[in-house]
Order: sequence, then structure tokens, then C-alpha cells
Amino acid sequence: MRNLFLLAAAVPILFYGVAAPAWAGDPIPSPARQSELDYMLRQDCGSCHGMTFKGGLGSPLLPEQLEGKSEDALADVVLDGIPGTPMPPWRSLLTQPEARWMIARLRRGLDQ
Amino acid sequence: MIAKLLYSGLLASLIAGTAFAGEPRGTNDMGIVVERAIGKVLVVETTRRTVLGEVEGLGDLSHAAAVFSRDGRYAYVFGRDGGLSKVDILTNTLVKRVMQAGNSIGGSISQDGTLIAVQNYEPGGVKIFDAVTLDQLADIPATYGEGGARSKVVGLADAPGKRFVWTLYEAGEIWVADLADPKNPQVRKFKNAGRQPYDGLITPDGRWYIAGLFGEDGLALLDMWNPDKGVQRILDGYGKGDPALPVFKMPHLRGWGFADGKMFLPAIGRHEVLVVDVRTWKEVGRVPVKGQPVFVMPRPDGRQVWVNFALPDNGFMQVIDVPSLSVQKTLEPGPGVLHFEFTPRGETVWVSVRDKDAVKIYDTGTLDEVSQFKADKPSGILFTARANKIGL
Ligand code: HEC
Repeated sequence: MRNLFLLAAAVPILFYGVAAPAWAGDPIPSPARQSELDYMLRQDCGSCHGMTFKGGLGSPLLPEQLEGKSEDALADVVLDGIPGTPMPPWRSLLTQPEARWMIARLRRGLDQ
Repeated sequence: MIAKLLYSGLLASLIAGTAFAGEPRGTNDMGIVVERAIGKVLVVETTRRTVLGEVEGLGDLSHAAAVFSRDGRYAYVFGRDGGLSKVDILTNTLVKRVMQAGNSIGGSISQDGTLIAVQNYEPGGVKIFDAVTLDQLADIPATYGEGGARSKVVGLADAPGKRFVWTLYEAGEIWVADLADPKNPQVRKFKNAGRQPYDGLITPDGRWYIAGLFGEDGLALLDMWNPDKGVQRILDGYGKGDPALPVFKMPHLRGWGFADGKMFLPAIGRHEVLVVDVRTWKEVGRVPVKGQPVFVMPRPDGRQVWVNFALPDNGFMQVIDVPSLSVQKTLEPGPGVLHFEFTPRGETVWVSVRDKDAVKIYDTGTLDEVSQFKADKPSGILFTARANKIGL
């Protein structure tokens, strides 16, 4: 994972073209990694949040729930978890840009 | 006239898609495999290890669970989207489907087979349905505290005597409902059962109800023979204050069984299986395993216990040798091992491997893979033998 991060960082020109403005300056996961992250979102985050993100043991993560919250703060929630709740820290499995990519993906809505 | 009747009977069974074109068969070697992403179940048969048919249109099965009618003909499938579906596994047809809640997590069937109970996250509570018609008979909201908030319901189980037991996640309460009069449930509430109970089980003899706690190093135990004793805490402080490891998937408790007078349970936030003496409810050992255990299930004869894991170890399974309490073998069917089910007498185990779109079958004697077949993102594998077991 760390390697992928470096790889993405090493070829930023390729990826900056498709970056959303808020991401400027961040390395973006490679297309292959993006599809892994997308799969992980639905399947693994989905095990607690529901595969359609309408909620489960974890809160719903639909665009309307995430609206108005800072992308960085939500990415930190993903990386650090929420202590005292079942939301685990994903830092050992995800990098910061990957967590941000996931949040952005959730905000667009998974069907988009 | 008789010929005509026979003919139309044959036609009906052909239309219904009967696997054996009208030939009668038992269902005791049958079951279903849930294809979680596409709202479908495969109807399978464990004697020749084949897929007999499929039934579509069951909605969001991302946390699908199912129970079987006592005659082993119907599977009641509980969808994440609140759908309750009754599937005829002899004709591969969806008999009936009702949307009963917004977000649902599983269900149970009563001892006499007449009632289906469904546990819901949203709106939090339990609903009771007639097993034949799927008509709703009772609604038991999981309200708690002063403000009337509703809690998610986890760990629903059937108990002897037309009763159901379940646990309230936010409220930390265990409720026991008597449905002798299905339209008039009598509910007894046990408060302060523990913090963040995430799932529960009832032992195969129907006596002990156990809720796993996420918010505490321990489990809640209710003696259904002596409910007046209230909820006891067992394995208190099993984590010994060590920092917990991240839990990327919640363990599941249903499917538990006795093995050698002991019970094997997933630890939370520790890569261990806890071993408990079922007479004293004291810890008698723990087995270090590869990752965070999700399902910890004994082979029906209790000689082995099989374990699968949460991320990042969900590609593996381990087989614990019960007499020596040690890992006998590590298998790698995955990535994405979600669930497994033993054939009723345990000679094989069927493993759903989500990320390989396959169900793999292992011989539990040699521990070798003996067969596999394609399935789209398989999750739950459930065999009809569950129909005859308390708590399943
Ligand atoms: C083991 C269960 C579990 C898994 C797996 C899980 N979550 Fe969570 N998550 C939770 C719970 C529970 C909460 C709500 C905690 C609370 O505030 O009570 C939560 C909260 C969140 C929040 C905060 C929502 C808000 O409105 O503030 C975000 C964002 C989130 N999760 C994202 C993710 C992502 C992304 C993944 C996958 C990488 C994931 N979660 C996997 C259980 C889980």
C-alpha cells in the first residue's frame, strides 16, 4: 500500500488532470487502486455501514449525511477510527489520500 | 379425468421449475447460498454437491441471514433492506416477500415453526410474522430510556416455549418475549446487560443466552432456566487491559456449538479464540489465531473448531484441534472468506469466498479442497439441518 502511495506520488502529472479542486497537491490513487478502494468501500465498509450505505451497525454514509462536514476531518475519522465505538482505525490498511478518495466517493454517492 | 389431473400436476411442477421434474425428494441434504450483491440465492444439494436452482428478486442481501421451516422446504431470507422473503427450495420460487422495515439484520423461527421474528436496526425493534402467510402479528419497538429512543436490535434467537430473546445495542438490554399469544407478546427486560452488545447466541440446548460485548472485555450471560438470577458477566476482563487491536469486521456468534464440554468464542480486538468451560463459565484456555476471528464454529462432532477472520486476514481459515487446543492447519481459500457451513454430520465444510466468486468445499478429515463451484459474491451458506436446531 505504501508503495502504491509512492508510485502515485511519483507520477503526479498523470493524475492531477482529473483531481477535484479540493485535492490539489494530493497524490491520487492509481486507477487500479481506485477500483480496489471502490470494492473495499462496498464490501468491507459495507459490512458495518450497509452495502448501499444506508447504515447498519455503523451510521449511514449517504451524501446527505456527509454534507457540510470537512473532507479532511472525515478522512481522519476513517484513518483514526472513533474510539469507544466499533468504527476501527484504518491507518494500517489505507493512506491519507486513499481515505480522502473514499470520502469523496461517498459524497458523490456510490451510484454516480 | 385422472390422466388429466396427473397431466396438470406434472405441468405445474414443470412450470414451477422443480429440480427433479416431479420426482419426490427430501430436503435434508439441501440448502441455500446467498449471493449478496445481486439479491439472489442458489439452491444447493450436498450429496452430489450441485446447484439445483436459483431464486432471484430478494433485494439487498448484504447482511443476509435465513432460517428454515420445520419441514425443510421453505427458506425465510432476511434482507438488509427490510425485506422478508419466503423461498420454496423444492420449486425454486419466491413464494412471498414483504417489506417490513427500513434496515434489517436477521431473524429466527419459533420452536413450533409457526412464527417468524425479524430483528431490525431501523426502525429498531422486532416484528413477528405468521410463518405461512407472512402476515404481521406483532410489533415490539426497542424503545429505551426516558426519551423513548429506539435501539438497534442484535443477537435475536429462538428459545424453547415459543419465546424469542434479543439484545438492544445502544441500550445494553436483553429482552425475552413470550409469544404464547402471538398478538400479545409478554416482554421481560433485563437492563444493564453490558456496553455495546454486538451479537448474541443461545446454546443448542436452549438454556443459556450469551451476548458478546464490544464496549467491555466480557460477555453477558442469561440463564433461561433461572431468569430471576438476572444477567451475569462472564470472562470479565479477558483483555487484561491490553490495548485492543482494530476490529475491521464484527464477529458473529450464531452458529456456536459445544465441543468437548467447552465453548469457543471470538475475542474482540485480540487475535485469540477464547475457550470456556460450560459448567463453570470460566476461561480454561485461549488459542492464538491468525487474525480477528469472525465465525468460530465447531465441526458437528466437536473434534475441530474452524475459524475465519476479519481484514486483513480474511483470506485464511484455521482449524483448531480441540483436544490439544492448538491450530492444526491454516488454509487459504480466499481472499474474502465470509462464511462457512458444515454438512450436517460434518464430513465436509462449505466455504464462501467472496473475492473469488466461489464456494469451496473441504473434506474435514484430510483438510483438502474436494470441490468448488461459481457463485456471485457468496456470503451466507445455510443448510436445512438448521431447521431442527434451537437457536439457528
Ligand atoms: C466494524 C464496523 C465498521 C466498519 C467495518 C466501518 N465502520 Fe465506519 N463507523 C462505524 C460506526 C459504528 C460508526 C459510528 C460511530 C459513532 O459515532 O457512534 C462509524 C462512523 C463512520 C464515519 C463517520 C460518519 C459521520 O457522519 O460522522 C465515517 C466517515 C465512516 N465510519 C467511514 C467508514 C469507512 C470509509 C469504512 C471502510 C474503510 C468504515 N467506516 C468501516 C463502524 C464501522
